[in-house]
Amino acid sequence: MSTHSAFDRRTFLTASGYLALSFTLPLEAFAQNAAPARPKLPGDLDSNRMLNAWIRINPDETVTLQIGKVELGQGVLTAMAQVCAEQLDIDIARIKIISGDTFIVPNEGTTSGSLSIPNGAVAVEQAAAEVRDILLELASQRLGQPVAGLKLDNGVITAGNGAKVSYGQLVTGQELAREATGQAKLKPVSQQRVVGKSIPRLDIPAKMTGEAIFLQEYRPAGMVHGRIVRPPAYVAKLVSVDIAQAEAMPGVLKVLRNGSFLGVIAEREEQVVAAAAVLTRTAKWDVQKSMPGTEGIYDWLLAQKPKDIETKNDPRKDTMPIAKTVESTYYRPFHMHASIGTSAAIATLGADGVTTIQTHSQSVFDTAAAIAMMLGVDKSKVRCQHLQGAGCYGHNKADDAAADAALLAQAVPGKPVRLQYTREQEHKWEPYSSAMVVKTKATVDAKGDVLDWNLELWSLSHGTRPSGNAGNLLSAKYLEKPFVQPVPVNGGPPNYAADRNAIALYEFPGQRVLTHFITDMPVRVSATRGLGAYANVFAIEQFIDELAVAAKTDPVEYRLRYLKDPRARDVLTQAAEKFGWSKWQKREGRGRGIAFAKYKNIAAYCAIAMEVEVIRRTGRVRVVRAVCVGDSGHMVNPDGCINQLEGGLIQALSWTLKEEVKFDDTKITSEDWASYPILTFSEVPPVEVSMINRPGAPYLGTGEASQGPSGAALANAMADATGKRFKRIPFTPDRVRSVLDS
Amino acid sequence: MVAFRLNGTDVRVDVPDDASLLSVLSHDLQTNGVHFGCGRAQCGSCTVLLDGEPVRSCVLPVSTAAGKSITTLAGLREKDGQPSRLQQAFIDEQAAQCGYCAAGMIVQAHALLERNPNPSDAQVRSALNGNLCRCGTHNRIVRAVLRAAKEG
Repeated sequence: MSTHSAFDRRTFLTASGYLALSFTLPLEAFAQNAAPARPKLPGDLDSNRMLNAWIRINPDETVTLQIGKVELGQGVLTAMAQVCAEQLDIDIARIKIISGDTFIVPNEGTTSGSLSIPNGAVAVEQAAAEVRDILLELASQRLGQPVAGLKLDNGVITAGNGAKVSYGQLVTGQELAREATGQAKLKPVSQQRVVGKSIPRLDIPAKMTGEAIFLQEYRPAGMVHGRIVRPPAYVAKLVSVDIAQAEAMPGVLKVLRNGSFLGVIAEREEQVVAAAAVLTRTAKWDVQKSMPGTEGIYDWLLAQKPKDIETKNDPRKDTMPIAKTVESTYYRPFHMHASIGTSAAIATLGADGVTTIQTHSQSVFDTAAAIAMMLGVDKSKVRCQHLQGAGCYGHNKADDAAADAALLAQAVPGKPVRLQYTREQEHKWEPYSSAMVVKTKATVDAKGDVLDWNLELWSLSHGTRPSGNAGNLLSAKYLEKPFVQPVPVNGGPPNYAADRNAIALYEFPGQRVLTHFITDMPVRVSATRGLGAYANVFAIEQFIDELAVAAKTDPVEYRLRYLKDPRARDVLTQAAEKFGWSKWQKREGRGRGIAFAKYKNIAAYCAIAMEVEVIRRTGRVRVVRAVCVGDSGHMVNPDGCINQLEGGLIQALSWTLKEEVKFDDTKITSEDWASYPILTFSEVPPVEVSMINRPGAPYLGTGEASQGPSGAALANAMADATGKRFKRIPFTPDRVRSVLDS
Repeated sequence: MVAFRLNGTDVRVDVPDDASLLSVLSHDLQTNGVHFGCGRAQCGSCTVLLDGEPVRSCVLPVSTAAGKSITTLAGLREKDGQPSRLQQAFIDEQAAQCGYCAAGMIVQAHALLERNPNPSDAQVRSALNGNLCRCGTHNRIVRAVLRAAKEG
């Protein structure tokens, strides 16, 4: 299977050997000599301008693509290889990818926000086009023939006189040690052969046949095993623990206690598990009450003194008389990422004082910097190398695992320490997606048309990523000299955070959005797929549905009154059409619902129509089918877009139907898949996804476009089925019954 | 010392009897495609075949395997190393996002097809209900299993 070459692990793990020699420092080194006016370059190329930071041409005719974005299960490496192969005009199988090695690749920040294609792929694309032009120029000199007469085919350049030269022959030294100029022209869309095609994912064959590809399958020689012992509650101090007993156990190399941080290292996995159990049993903790409890969370949210942010204030200018005012309130609980694999990392303190960490972090650079701060070493002494882990849907425990492995590795210099969390640790200590309350209020005229639209939301932070600050790493807060977590801030436009998608794309005469941002975090929170968009779209799309029903107007037609963006109208009307909206026949217990959002109001468009059955007696909800129409602009990989939209739709059904993180006054009580169930095969409906292609239009991020519409379409379908509105997530049978009985 | 057959080859490992089968497969025998998910037999990502029956290797002590035959994802390949029909169907359907759970899914589905070569959509879902997927790839996975059955 030749496609494996793109993910040659040996290449990845030994790459520094030959690449570091010729690695040219990016931006900083050049800043002082730079010409005063530098062109704005596409995406992440603007902040990482050296071409050889991105692309290397190897003597064996392969191409090494070096990127800061990482594979999280979203297929991004395949998409990056596609745009690179397209512009360089080479077979995709000749591309080797090094992704997320902080000592090698350009710093592209965090792989998040559906920004890898809009920011990362456009950078690779432009860099590849520039490299191609340089290669043509070099070939012209080598062959003594004008560039205009050169033909390029799969990395071989042929002149009019038949003379040939290959990429690998042209690059022998520092030919690519140049800044991008922004001058190279991209291949016209009409001539593209790789971009726009559903190229099979390069990493899938290895994953389906049991080849080493995951971090969990990386086993350096001399590897030992580490475990962390977490406190029994969020706020807890370690009073005493029997370290001697644990250290006397077979295979135990070291027990580490630093304040209330407790870890252990042993030769073998079952030995470290046994030692951790003894530490857990003998540890005495001073526990404090610090949490409002699952049932108290919404009252708690509304009782805080938040920071108020006017996300939008666009008052109505007309004087149309108000006939009626309508109000509603929606609630979402804390949800967890709940990756199927628990977070893991391998860290080694080298003789050169560099701690090298294999991690599945989304933010290798910022996490390395945060770990350096925690260890009290210079940033140059921590290296993160990304290896794939289980699906990542936001800031989960990957970064904590990297940090904990690094802490343990300091105790056994030279030995690679492998850390993997238990399921209970993963479930109870990850940063969740914030619970939120969203209140909507609208005034309507006599026909039921919206005059003033108001939305207010209450939320904790959706962003406590490591960001170069040790205070955001879980264990750093429990050290003898603890690091204090910085006060979180809400992300502003154009991406927003708690208020992501809080501005309705509908053009109402007046619209106001007020964000009540709560900086306290009694429950650990951070970024999860979509941030606030899931709850905000859930509220907006239910509320407009309520207004449509009140106006005795079809919900599709009602939305179209206010939706002016033609691409938004297209996905909505096509979703309705493909669902069979206009000819749908009502049956007892069945309902249909539709919802729409343009992710962040700047990324992919998505509309979802759903049919559900609500069984009154049991309160069970069965999703009969879902239809989804997306518009991601020009698609690099259409099947990748479809896979992401369907996955997001199903994941959001799971959030909405089943999921709620539970906690009492000291600790999280959702500790495994029994106490935090997710959707299973028999509960997953048939899903039909289709895409509207827009060749030549900008790439639009897709990975987080369907969650909001999915939850809202479900709620709207349930309302259609039952005549009752479901405003508090999740829609468990008990809760559904209580709404039906109300 | 525990001896068993792993993917058609006799193996013998000097490990404590109470080490988990998953840990021994992963760390001592360096087997890929057997993934830790929960350690509680709740998610199925560590599924292997024990004498042809799907089991959760995270909760089984390695001594359970003594004298028996263990097959992992890698062991399902054809003799020439090519993907099995079921594995190829997963590749053809692009039935993965992260692909972490796929190892257990394929092993579980392999056992289903051995028992029932021509399952219905509902039977596939029922057989896979104990295998959790978080990326939302369920429908592609079901299609892959049905495709392998059809091509069988």
